[in-house]
Amino acid sequence: MEAFIAFWDGAAGSSYAFWSATLVRATPLLLVGLAVAVAFRAGVLNIGAEGQLILGAIAASSVALAIPALPAMVMIPAMIAAGAVGGAVWAGIAAWLRHRFGVLEVISTIMLNFVAAALVSWMVRGPLQEPTKVYPMSVSFSEAARWPFLLDGQRTHLGLALGVVAALLMWFVLTQSAAGFRVRAVGAGASAAESAGGVNTRALTWRVFVVSGALAGLAGASEVGGVTWALYEGISPGYGYTAIAVALLARLDPRGVVLTAVFFGALEAGGASMQRNAGVPAVAVQIITATTLLAVLALARWRALRAEDVLG
Amino acid sequence: MSAIALALHDIHKRFGAAQALTGASCVVKSGCVHALLGENGAGKTTLMRVAFGMLQPDHGEIERDGKLVRLASERDAITAGIGMVHQHFMLVPAFTVAENAALGGPGRRFDAGRAAALVRRIGEETGLLLNPHAKVGSLSVGAQQRAEIVRALAQQARVMILDEPTAVLTPSESEELYAWMRRFVATGGSVVLITHKVREALAVADDITVLRRGATVLSGPSRELSEESVIEAIVGEARVTSNATPLAASNDEVLFGLDAVTYHDTSGVRRLKPTTLTVRRGEILGVLGVEGSGQRELLRLLAGRLQPSSGTVRRPVVVGFVPEDRLHDAVIPEFSLTENRLLAEASAMRGLISWRDQAETTTSIMLENDVRATDANAAMRTLSGGNQQRFVVGRERRLAPDALVAENPTRGLDVQATARVMHALRSVAQEHKGAVIVHSADLDEILALTTRVLVCFAGEVHEIAPPATPGDRGPYARALVGAFA
Amino acid sequence: MLELTLVPFLEAAVRTATPLAFAALGELVAERAGVINLGLEGTIIAGCLGGAAAATLGGTALGFAGAATAGLLVALVFAVFVVHVKTDQIITGTALTVLGLGITGSIYHLWPALVGVGTTLPTTGSVRIPVLSAIPLVGSALFSQPWPTYALYLLVPAIAWWLARTQAGLGLRAVGEHPAAAAAAGLSPQRIRFAAICFSGVMGGLCGGTLVLAQVGSFNEGMSAGRGFIAIAIVVLGRWTPWGAAGAALVFGGAFAFQYLAQSLGLGWPYQLFLAMPYVLTLILLAAQRGRAAAPAYLGR
Repeated sequence: MEAFIAFWDGAAGSSYAFWSATLVRATPLLLVGLAVAVAFRAGVLNIGAEGQLILGAIAASSVALAIPALPAMVMIPAMIAAGAVGGAVWAGIAAWLRHRFGVLEVISTIMLNFVAAALVSWMVRGPLQEPTKVYPMSVSFSEAARWPFLLDGQRTHLGLALGVVAALLMWFVLTQSAAGFRVRAVGAGASAAESAGGVNTRALTWRVFVVSGALAGLAGASEVGGVTWALYEGISPGYGYTAIAVALLARLDPRGVVLTAVFFGALEAGGASMQRNAGVPAVAVQIITATTLLAVLALARWRALRAEDVLG
Repeated sequence: MSAIALALHDIHKRFGAAQALTGASCVVKSGCVHALLGENGAGKTTLMRVAFGMLQPDHGEIERDGKLVRLASERDAITAGIGMVHQHFMLVPAFTVAENAALGGPGRRFDAGRAAALVRRIGEETGLLLNPHAKVGSLSVGAQQRAEIVRALAQQARVMILDEPTAVLTPSESEELYAWMRRFVATGGSVVLITHKVREALAVADDITVLRRGATVLSGPSRELSEESVIEAIVGEARVTSNATPLAASNDEVLFGLDAVTYHDTSGVRRLKPTTLTVRRGEILGVLGVEGSGQRELLRLLAGRLQPSSGTVRRPVVVGFVPEDRLHDAVIPEFSLTENRLLAEASAMRGLISWRDQAETTTSIMLENDVRATDANAAMRTLSGGNQQRFVVGRERRLAPDALVAENPTRGLDVQATARVMHALRSVAQEHKGAVIVHSADLDEILALTTRVLVCFAGEVHEIAPPATPGDRGPYARALVGAFA
Repeated sequence: MLELTLVPFLEAAVRTATPLAFAALGELVAERAGVINLGLEGTIIAGCLGGAAAATLGGTALGFAGAATAGLLVALVFAVFVVHVKTDQIITGTALTVLGLGITGSIYHLWPALVGVGTTLPTTGSVRIPVLSAIPLVGSALFSQPWPTYALYLLVPAIAWWLARTQAGLGLRAVGEHPAAAAAAGLSPQRIRFAAICFSGVMGGLCGGTLVLAQVGSFNEGMSAGRGFIAIAIVVLGRWTPWGAAGAALVFGGAFAFQYLAQSLGLGWPYQLFLAMPYVLTLILLAAQRGRAAAPAYLGR
């Protein structure tokens, strides 16, 4: 009970808890959740969002650190673009390996996650390290590179707004446009999409890889620009993996991802509070994440089996 | 009187709504080659899958060497001394012949040398010569078949079930196989030969069993049976009434034309010999042929889904196509009807979709084609097979009102659903003066529907002239089993 | 000079490679049966915890038994989902990794005494093999290690032999290549896959046990540190063979050990280069093999 109260206090008990803890943690989960959702929607098993996020963070940080004098009006769009490009390039490697050499993206994206981790580790000890060369981190960004908060006195930042806009845009494109329809068709039945619809699945999965990576990269840019204001080694505590649960629990619906990202953000915020105030480890939240995921998987299979039974 | 090696009595098997076997029996004697004959879909393969433990019968008994047995799995069948050579070979392509032969074999140790020696010994004893160290994936089709027989022999099979073994073999390979069969039965083994070729059966089998619509309709020693009586048993009574319109007028526009077209598959095997034909407006062209005879390639060339290896294909720019594997190639089961309608335009679409207009179009297709579903938003998987197929036909007609190619469009449908799909195909030719090309495994269906009939046999396309007596299925049934007039 | 730096480097490489090789050999057997077990990371951390908990009760022998059991439990959940419920291997594996990290982390915080936080765990010391350990350069690296390393010297040839020379090994490989063909030969692909996953669980658990009981000497939250994913890379780099996996484990162990060597040699190269190198190597190898030339044909399906 004590743990529950602490959890509630940390996640939703006050407006500060909700806006500054839950939503701040929900922001990267939302963007990466969308990255996973769009990939899975097209049947692309991108489990490398973690690495793409890191590349996005590196790219956005590089922009912020390279030209600190830029005005915010230029700086922030430049960081957003750099983050998206960084993530997209990283995902593009996996896409290239798949299409050129037939390397399964499941394996290549795992490898690229580790390479990205090594890359950021080197960056914060090498080219982007703060001048005293003591701490494995970059210097703090200039004011212009710090993303604006959405409300005074709260820590929710521009990244959340970007995430919500991205979610609505993705929902609109997937459900209302021809391009989105092709993505869904390839994911739900690649063979029928090719045979009955004449869709070029190869070109389509290329684009989906890039969009997915760009969204994950955006999450990295949003973390450094909106939360840390500097590049750190541990910029992501496994957001790329939690995002798989975020996306699947939302049944890959971008609108649902907004809700599940907030749900998992609240879990993380509440978990941190539980640990501080009730001695319940924050990591217990992962048990909930995993069991949710397993339950969703089992339920989906059960539905599929029942559908088969009904039709005989 | 030789002993009974394998007997299946009164086997019944149902798949969902379809009754595949309704009282099929087959008694295989020791030291005999037993041919199992029947048209496509008569239940030959299903019955033998029951005998090999792959399927459990709903009703019926199986005897092996006079004792009742229950074959709950392939393992049980293998233990009972039954082997099966599948039409689509069941070998591990990445393994060598010796490894495949040893797979599932006795003992704990696997010794590649001993396995190779076993393959060589079986080869010497039976004439089924193979390089034991060759990867199965690199072997010719005939050699793969030998490897599968050798595997079954290595597992001590005494009853060998061969599913359409000669469909993939050259004539000389077939002769070698027959020679092996004779040697195998001479040592007391038994062979069950699943085939659709009557002359083959009469030439090589001691006994014959004929299945029709899931039931045994004829069985007996082959020397007591005439070709005519066997064909009659396979084909059934002539009870077809053709209600197709007469031939199109010779001055009607030619919609499809093949000029000396051949097709070679990706591995270079010729699937279609040089073929020339035309299809005019108002025609419904029926294409018959057992699996692998070239009809699939012929239809896909006409539909523009395959490109010819040589020759020229003339066809309308847009051709409606109803593929055989509906749930895999034609529709997306999880999508709504509206989305599945839209699928046909997926590659050409740009910009935004007006779902309201799409739903209206879909609803009108549903009405025109009598597709029964709650509404256009229903998921495709919630529809019955017949409704799904009428939807696909309706969608393709909307796309191409006067040119439609359909592969086995009534596969898996019940009688009523079949009739409605056939009605939809007929109206393309009759009401819209279009051209329809349809392949079906069911001879009666083709005769009832079409105005002209082609039979594919071993990659050759033969046009069968209408018989003197209307409704006589004899010439077609003969052509299907390779007996051309 | 060379002797002074190279010998500790080789020792560290073999030491680091040992737990990786355990996990990789288990994963290899599962993958040869067509199952890619991304839950391996969860299995390993469960093995760490199980090993620590059991060792506080009854010493290292019980510790390794506890590690194997804990790994097996996680793998059993994976097996039931993947083989019987037929869920997606990739997502199920990811979920089990998260589950393993969550459960072990929670236990670590809630019941620290259970896993011996604050107490010293019994560990297996190095066992110096006479004569062999005196071989110049490689002697002490190969023959002055804790006994799990020696267990590997037996396990690698044993698994290689089992896969190549037993009917069961042949059947397992057939399931990974073509399950329907294996079934037609009278085997049960389901049963074989279930057993293979269980084996990978035991081996993953032993990887964790080795980490705790032969190297670190205590349990820490998240101490598996990505070894489950590294093991998957090792299997790929080792081209799905036990000897290859052993070699690839050494490549990864060497890469991790090299950072210390580079430091002691005063090389200016960033050590992260060596951390990233094995993964890049794996990707290049995969690309060179045109994807999955050596992979079981039904892997992940």
